[in-house]
Amino acid sequence: MNANENIVSEAGRPEEKVMAMKDPIEDAANAQSAPIQEGKTVGKPYVDDPKYKLRNVEVFYGEDRAIKDVSLDIARNQVISFIGPSGCGKSTFLRCLNRMNDSIDICRVKGDILLDDENIYHSKKDVVELRARVGMVFQKPNPFPKSIYDNVAYGPRIHGLANRKSDLDDIVEESLRKAGLWNEAKDRLHSIATGMSGGQQQRLCIARAIAVSPEVVLMDEPCSALDPIATARIEELISELSESYTIIIVTHSMQQAARVSNRTAYFHMGHLVEVNETNKVFTAPEHKLTESYITGRFG
Amino acid sequence: MKNDNDGVYGDHISHEYNDDLAALSADFLKMGYMVEEQLTNAVTALIESDGQLADEVRTRDKTVDKLELELDEEATRIIARRQPAAKDLRLVIAVIKMVADLERVGDEAKKIAKFAMTLSEEGQAPSGYVEVRHISSHVLVMLHDALDAFARLDSEQALRVMKEDKIVDEEYKAATRTLLTFMMEDARNISRCMSVMWVLRALERVGDHACNVAEHVIFMVEGEDVRHTSVEKAEKLVAS
Repeated sequence: MNANENIVSEAGRPEEKVMAMKDPIEDAANAQSAPIQEGKTVGKPYVDDPKYKLRNVEVFYGEDRAIKDVSLDIARNQVISFIGPSGCGKSTFLRCLNRMNDSIDICRVKGDILLDDENIYHSKKDVVELRARVGMVFQKPNPFPKSIYDNVAYGPRIHGLANRKSDLDDIVEESLRKAGLWNEAKDRLHSIATGMSGGQQQRLCIARAIAVSPEVVLMDEPCSALDPIATARIEELISELSESYTIIIVTHSMQQAARVSNRTAYFHMGHLVEVNETNKVFTAPEHKLTESYITGRFG
Repeated sequence: MKNDNDGVYGDHISHEYNDDLAALSADFLKMGYMVEEQLTNAVTALIESDGQLADEVRTRDKTVDKLELELDEEATRIIARRQPAAKDLRLVIAVIKMVADLERVGDEAKKIAKFAMTLSEEGQAPSGYVEVRHISSHVLVMLHDALDAFARLDSEQALRVMKEDKIVDEEYKAATRTLLTFMMEDARNISRCMSVMWVLRALERVGDHACNVAEHVIFMVEGEDVRHTSVEKAEKLVAS
């Protein structure tokens, strides 16, 4: 098709052209060969003794249903990755796990989200305590404009986890060590955190998240602003941390999901299409849509 | 033979990736047909005492070896540059393994050609050619069907090839017994019969390689590894 010709002929009615444009992601979901059944997830969504038990979760932004009847177990001390095309709801779903969506007025969450068998959306639930148990790391490193030390010490201070200065020092050192940042940071603990490189800042954010000894760490595309070496460091860190924490990572990089996670969940237009062992998902996925996405095709 | 692989492997967002996988699949089939031809010619050379044809087979084996190297390189390049996943990954892995089987079939054809040259120099066809004719036509069909199963992504057909291999094994045993009686009848037959025995052995190996190719096709299509499992179990895996 000649692009110029097209623009000339369509120039008079631009809205219509936009309407007529096909969305490949929606197309794929409607294809005869790859139908999505609402609430039906292929693979193995459930595990024994899960950390999180999610049942029939739905998320609405106003009238818009962003998450459609999702049920899933998240295994203890494992890494699970959420993958899927932009707008599939993976970040929205992640943000339900520590009630980050509470800050959005028009957002409503339905269904059961149980953390160690306790409903985190219960009206009497203390959200501050919940977020101490469920830490979060974001796409862009967001250290406070304070010293490295104060960044890590912030959480333990407000939660009253350290009584003495020496206790706090220990927590800061241990967290920085776990985050693989101690050697680089020990001589500059009191210089400002925003002076560090992007990769260092992100590891500092991880150190800050684990300083309050959470049980779960949520990561929303933690490496998308980092170079490959910094990314490799974070991935190494994720596998080390998974021995004592439950880690849930949203990533746009399928290779990253393949590298770091024990299980992989594939989201598509608000549906949870498939969940399985990462090995299975990347060698022989069951659902046609999962296969289309991870192999770089749609349709 | 129709190659359906373009349709299944040709719908990536990246056109170059489509081209890479299509080329891999086409080159694999090219090597397959060449090996098939080599085997046909080797057997013809043997049965018709055609020393010249046998010599051609031996020379052309170098081309087969070259194709093996090229295909391995192609597959390695795709892994390095595209990080294939799911069915694309299974295609690349299966090709790497099947190429080794095809190369071995090429070697067996060369071996048969060598015997054809020796036997044609000695003149007079020995006994046992009926068996060679029979088993060779059988394994040639198997090889062709295995390649056809690859081209059409047909795991049912691959299963049939696996079943045929059992029959070839029986035929090979029967042929060995027949040749043994020839040798017992007259000790002067022994040397020639031994040569024919080696040819039959080579053909039986070709059947095994065709069976391996079929197993890899099932892995490629179904994502199930059916090596070292019974045909019955493989049937169940394909059916499910």
